[in-house]
Amino acid sequence: MKIADSKPVSMGLPMPKVKKMKENRVFNAINLLCISVFTILIIFPIWDIIVASFSSPQAQASAGIRLWPKEFSIESYKLVFNDASIWNAFMISVLKTVVGVITHVFFTAMVAYGMSKRNLLGRNFYTALGVGTMFFSGGMIPTYLLMKDLGLLDSFWVYIIPSLFSYFDMIIIMNFFREIPSSLEESATIDGAGVWTIFMKIIMPLSMPVLATIALFNGVFQWNDYMTAKLYISNEALHPIQMKLYTIIVQQQAQTMQSTASVVIPTTSLSIQLATIVIATVPIVLVYPFLQKYFISGMMIGAVKE
Amino acid sequence: MTKKTFWHKLKSQIPLQLMVIPGIIFMIIFCYIPIYGLVIAFKSLTVTDTIASAPWVGLENFKIAFSDKFFWESVVNTLAISFLKLGIGFIAPIILSIMIFELKDGWFKKTVQTISYLPHFLSWIVVGGMLISWLSTSGLINTFLVGIGVIDSPKNYLVDPNSYWFIAVLSDVWKSVGWGTIIYLATMAGIDPTYYEAAKIDGATKMQQIFHITLPLMKFVITLMFILAVGGILGSNLDQTLVLINPLNASHAEVINSYVYKIGLAQGDFSYATAVGLAISVISLLLVVITNKLSKKVNNRSIF
Repeated sequence: MKIADSKPVSMGLPMPKVKKMKENRVFNAINLLCISVFTILIIFPIWDIIVASFSSPQAQASAGIRLWPKEFSIESYKLVFNDASIWNAFMISVLKTVVGVITHVFFTAMVAYGMSKRNLLGRNFYTALGVGTMFFSGGMIPTYLLMKDLGLLDSFWVYIIPSLFSYFDMIIIMNFFREIPSSLEESATIDGAGVWTIFMKIIMPLSMPVLATIALFNGVFQWNDYMTAKLYISNEALHPIQMKLYTIIVQQQAQTMQSTASVVIPTTSLSIQLATIVIATVPIVLVYPFLQKYFISGMMIGAVKE
Repeated sequence: MTKKTFWHKLKSQIPLQLMVIPGIIFMIIFCYIPIYGLVIAFKSLTVTDTIASAPWVGLENFKIAFSDKFFWESVVNTLAISFLKLGIGFIAPIILSIMIFELKDGWFKKTVQTISYLPHFLSWIVVGGMLISWLSTSGLINTFLVGIGVIDSPKNYLVDPNSYWFIAVLSDVWKSVGWGTIIYLATMAGIDPTYYEAAKIDGATKMQQIFHITLPLMKFVITLMFILAVGGILGSNLDQTLVLINPLNASHAEVINSYVYKIGLAQGDFSYATAVGLAISVISLLLVVITNKLSKKVNNRSIF
C-alpha cells in the first residue's frame, strides 16, 4: 500500500491533555450510540418478520410494533407444511443448490488445474477468451434465445448447466493450485500417477479451503436465485422456493390492492407469506457462520469483480 | 519452437488439454454465442425466424426506442435510482467502516459486524417480502410514523409512485451497507498504527485522525470502489425491481432491465428489447471510461 502523504500531518497546536481526553470520550460515546442505533435498524426488521410469523393470523394483520409474538401460534407454519407446492419448491431449491454447487466446483476446478500449468499450449488464447467473458455479455434476450435453442427452457438442467463454470472462480482456484508445491506432483508422476489421478488424489484434497469458499458463495447464489426460474421456467413444479415466494408475494400484493376499498385482506395468504420468508431464509442463516469464516478472503479477491 | 517439438509437446499435454477444453467450449457457447446474438438488435426477429435468417433493419429498433415514451421513462428511473444509490450507497459504507474501526476490539465490534453483513445474504425476494410487510398500512413504518405524529393516517407506500425511488434506494442501502464495509475495514487494518500513535502524541483529536490519516490513506481504494460501482449501477436493479414493481408505482419503478424483460420476454419483441439492452450497455461502458479518466486526475494513476 502506497503512503499517500509524505509531508508531515499538520494537527495545529497540541491541546491540553484533559480537554483532548474529554473530546475523545464524547466522540466514542456518540460513535457507540450511532452504531447501536444502526445495528438495531438492521436487525429489528428481520426480527419483526420472525416474530410476526409466530403470531396468530389475527395479530399478524393488526398494526403495532412487536418485540415478541403476540398470541404465540404456529398456525402460519401449519399452513405452509400443509401446502405441498411449497415443500416441492423447497426440495427443488435443495436439489438445485446441491447439484449446482458440486458440479460448479468440480468443473471449474478441473479447468483451473489445466490452466494452472504455465507451459500449457494455447494458454494465452484461453486467457483472452476468459477475460472477455468478464467484460462482455450478450444480455437477457440473446441468452434467452440460446437457452431456447439448447432446449433448456422448462428443464431442471437450466439451473445447473449455464452455471457450471465461472472464469472468475476459475482464476481464484487456479491461483490456489499454483501455491501447491510442484514437488508433490513430481513425486507422484515418478510413481506412475497420471494427470487425472494427481488432480483427484493430490490437488483436490489439498485445496479444500478454496473449494469450500467457492462452494459457499455459489451455494448462496443458487439458493437465492429466482431469476433463472423467472426467465426460463414456466412449469410451476420446477420452481424453487424463492420463485414460489415471489409468486406468493405478487399474489398477495394484487389482493391487497384490490381490497383497499373493502379492507378485507385475506389473512391466510399473509401468514403463508411470512412463514415462507422465514423458511426460505433458514438455510442461509445455518451456513452463515461458515460463510463468515471465509468471506473476508473471498471478498478481498472478489473486490475486482464486484 | 520447431514443428516436431510442438506436436510432441501437444501430445504430452493431451490429458491437460482435455481438462481445459470443456471450459473453453462452455465459454464459447454460453458467452460468445449470446454476444453474436446481439446482432438481432439490428434485425427484425419474429417467432418463425432464426437469428441468421431474420431480415436486417439497420438502426430501426434504436430509432423506435428514441421515440418510445416508456423507454425514456425507464431511462430516467434507472438514472435517478442508480445515481441516488451511488450517492448514498457509496458514502454510507465508508462512514460506517470508520465508525466500526473506531470501536474497541471485542464482542460488541464482532456482533455489529456479524449483524451488518447479514442482509447481504438475503435474497431480494425475501427482502422484498419483508419490505411489503413493513410498508403496508398496518406495517412497521406506518405504525412508527403515525406513532410519532409525522403522518395522520397510514398509507401504503408501495402503491405511491412518488415514494418508490426512496424505497428502492433505502432498501438497497439497508441490504448492502454492512457488506460494503469489508474492503474498507481490511484496508484500515493495514494502516501502520504508529501514524495514530504519533498523531495522539501531537494532540490530534479522533476527528483529526480520521480526516488526516484514515481517509487520505484510503483514497486509492475508495476511487477503485467508485469506478467499480459506476460500472455496475445501470445493470443492477432487476432483482429488486421485479419484486417491488406493481401497476400503480410502475411509472417510477420501471428501469431499463425490467423494461427489457417486459417487452422481450413478456411481449415477445426480441429485437427491440435487445436494442434497448445494448443501448444501456454502451452508456454503462462510457460511464466507466469517463470515471476512469477522472480517477487519473485524482490519483495520478488509472485503474486499467
